Amino acid sequence: MEAVTQQIPLEHFLVLSAILFSLGVYGVLTRRNAVLILMSIELMLNAASVNMVAFAAYTSPEQFIGIIFAIFIITIAAAEAGLALAIILRIFRYRKTANVDEIDELKW
Amino acid sequence: MTVAQGVFYLIAALAVTGGLGVVLMRSAVHAALFLILAMLAVAGLYILLASEFLALVQVLIYGGAVTVLLIFALMLTRASDLPETMVGSQWPLAAVVSSLLGGLLIAAVATSNWPGDVGETTLVPFEVLGDALFRRWAVPFEIASLVLLVALVGAIVLSHQDEGE
Repeated sequence: MEAVTQQIPLEHFLVLSAILFSLGVYGVLTRRNAVLILMSIELMLNAASVNMVAFAAYTSPEQFIGIIFAIFIITIAAAEAGLALAIILRIFRYRKTANVDEIDELKW
Repeated sequence: MTVAQGVFYLIAALAVTGGLGVVLMRSAVHAALFLILAMLAVAGLYILLASEFLALVQVLIYGGAVTVLLIFALMLTRASDLPETMVGSQWPLAAVVSSLLGGLLIAAVATSNWPGDVGETTLVPFEVLGDALFRRWAVPFEIASLVLLVALVGAIVLSHQDEGE
């Protein structure tokens, strides 16, 4: 029985992560609702984590630095989600909207 | 095709389906449900790459906490009442930009030389992972805990209802 890393080339994981990242970019550029933009950002962070873990499994399995990195990515993403949603709720309370096109006081 | 390859392509298809649902669904709640699908598929990838601790963390934090938080925010901002404001007018440009970026990344992946397989994928035991996290990576770990604390206090302060409102 061969190991998973011998049956599937590393490139497959990298291509999958590139596809997920591009989808996240598309979501960030098209969505107008702040919560949905946040969802697309979470998708991009996940794509980066997949990259990290794939490299960890294929290049340094005994050091697993990529796994440590992915743990920190998840930690920061959780903090970011909580804080961003608090900001969105605050904006919604003042402006009665979560549409990022209508929140344009800083636009010159 | 071996079993592992079949599992990988199934999981990859699920992840891409979830990602497409997140960016294309008209209903915000449906997009959140597709986000859960994508997160769980990524957890499956982690199991395939023999990092089961990360898969558990992924299911607990992303599949559970973050998506519940997002759905709560959707409910509180009444996002699903306004489906016509979900997608902006620049979607053709965004499609061109993101497909160019994706094509560039995939071309870079295809033309680079990657290190070959290293033989056996060893499962990292929980003890070894925890040992590394609390010894070698103790300083980033403490900084991450500080970041979480600041984010927690910040979220409470920001969402606190003022007396005069």
